[in-house]
Amino acid sequence: MSLALSVGLLVAAGTFLLLQRGMIRIILGFVLLTHAVNLLIISAGGIARRDAPFIGGDTSMAADPLPQAFVLTAIVIAFAITVVMATLAVVSRGDDDDTESETQTDEDSDSVSKRGESA
Amino acid sequence: MIELISVLMPLFVGAPLMLGAVLFVIPSKHPLQQAIGMGSLLAVLAGAATLLAVTFDGTVVSHQVALWPGGIAIAFVADSFSSLMLAAGTLVAVISFLYMMASGESKSPAIPALVLILIGGVAGALLTADLFNLFVFIEVMLLPSYGLLIFLSRRGEMAASRLYVVVNLLASTLFLAGVGLIYAVQGTVNLAALAGAGNDPATAIATAVALAAIAVKAAVFPVHGWLARAYAAASPAVAALFSGLHTKVAVYIVYRISAVIFEGQSAWMLAILIFASLTLVVGAFAALGENNMRTLMIFQMVSGIGFILVGVALFTPLGLTSGIAYMVHHMIVMGALLLTVSAIEHTYGSGMLSKVSGLRTREKLVTAAFGIGSLSLVGLPPFSGFIAKYALVLASADAGAVIIAGLLIVTSLLVLASMMKIWAEVFNGKRETDVELLAARERIRTREGLYEDESISEEAVEQEAALAIEHIDPPRGILGVDDDPHDHHGTRVSVMLIVPALMLGGLSVALGLGGEVLLQLAEQASSGLIDTSDYVKAVIGK
Repeated sequence: MSLALSVGLLVAAGTFLLLQRGMIRIILGFVLLTHAVNLLIISAGGIARRDAPFIGGDTSMAADPLPQAFVLTAIVIAFAITVVMATLAVVSRGDDDDTESETQTDEDSDSVSKRGESA
Repeated sequence: MIELISVLMPLFVGAPLMLGAVLFVIPSKHPLQQAIGMGSLLAVLAGAATLLAVTFDGTVVSHQVALWPGGIAIAFVADSFSSLMLAAGTLVAVISFLYMMASGESKSPAIPALVLILIGGVAGALLTADLFNLFVFIEVMLLPSYGLLIFLSRRGEMAASRLYVVVNLLASTLFLAGVGLIYAVQGTVNLAALAGAGNDPATAIATAVALAAIAVKAAVFPVHGWLARAYAAASPAVAALFSGLHTKVAVYIVYRISAVIFEGQSAWMLAILIFASLTLVVGAFAALGENNMRTLMIFQMVSGIGFILVGVALFTPLGLTSGIAYMVHHMIVMGALLLTVSAIEHTYGSGMLSKVSGLRTREKLVTAAFGIGSLSLVGLPPFSGFIAKYALVLASADAGAVIIAGLLIVTSLLVLASMMKIWAEVFNGKRETDVELLAARERIRTREGLYEDESISEEAVEQEAALAIEHIDPPRGILGVDDDPHDHHGTRVSVMLIVPALMLGGLSVALGLGGEVLLQLAEQASSGLIDTSDYVKAVIGK
């Protein structure tokens, strides 16, 4: 139950942050969201009905190692992508969509369309 | 023979990854970069062709990594469907890389290495039989893609790269959650062990979460919006490369999961059918409204995804066959069209319909490449598009989905309309002197390594343009007086730039004339999806 609640809370907070305009907030949103998914996978191993491994010697009750391996992999991947996104945030601060858009001058729209984006 | 191939199968992933790492050590301007890049792509293509030849009779080749017993091991498995996809995808990659070599893009630092890592990830995603491993390989595919997008985009395009990273990461996270849910319900993520598990509602819903995430990556309506914005900012050659790999791998996963886990249950297939038909119509309409060649093509790609998904949604032998045939056709033709657009953009510095005009009289080869590509995309004989579309329409009518069959035909007319829009503006329009200036400006920009937002003096541009006219288009009138400024025949697009597109176009003609081969390949691939027992047996190993 506590796991389910924390997954829900993390997803809610992560989604809120994802919808913000600044890149840093989006990155933090992803950090929360990946944590939520990691917890979800851990709970998929049935932690409520299993015990810690190597204690008591009952292997049928030992914790499922597979979700833990999944989470370990997922954490590494999420870390790598967080670094990529952090780089993007630093390299292109001007792209933050957090100021009110001004009316585009003719010259602006011209250079935008040249770059291949249709207006 | 099959033993040997099965043992070597992990090399499809391992070898490109390792060679990619080696390329990072070699200095970036070294000719070995190009040689190793092209050489290993060709080697992967040869390997994929071998796999296709071996699996063509219905054999399923599998390898249990580290020789763990089946069911515990993470298996690599190749049936004719995955081999066909791998071969087609690698072929598009080889030809895109050829274009990148011609345009000089592959000489930018790290590009050959990133392309190799991308191919390694694609091979892994196509060959793995484990959902979690699939997630990992999708990430392996995406990381070099972020690099390709950022390195080769022009300055000021970071916003689009951000969008690409964010959307794809969100989809990956959702996919991972889906995989976690499947594990929670079934206690395994091995695709073969999950065969038929879609009958259990809880598993079906968990799988649907994963499929929804894959739909984002495949750019299915209503989550297709990111594609046009992200790909429009990429270098055109990268867009061609991605169109053959990323969305198609996602579609492959939809096919595989629908077949193995859902076993084509009609309720789920109906949902796919609805989204597929919406995608194909919305994509075609969106393309019609674009005023830029590249974004127009990208929306054609979205529309094509709809066509391909109709095949799996019907889930009849004919439906799957025609869907797979359409997928192969679409990878080749989209590659041809995007590379044609790339060549135009590279030479004239713009893909805007309103800016470039009059190419028909001047650029014969470009016109040929565009003509072949667009007619094939519309679906006229003798091109591959005709075979694939005809089969798809027949399959829908055969399955009783007459409305869908009609929709496919009407949408093809919309595709024709948007192709005619390009033809009328870019090719058939009278050449204005502005086009010459555009080309000249772009040449200066390339020569001096300038960015889009750095200005060039008008004088220099005019000088460059005059020089080009003098060299390539001597005036034809008496006494050096130009009697008709439109009647120049010198080309500006270099032959090497357009050859890759023509190669893909030629392939489309070949597949159209030899439609039997295409359909046979697709039929063999689809039979493995309808009866998955061989696949399951190969993965579980019993």
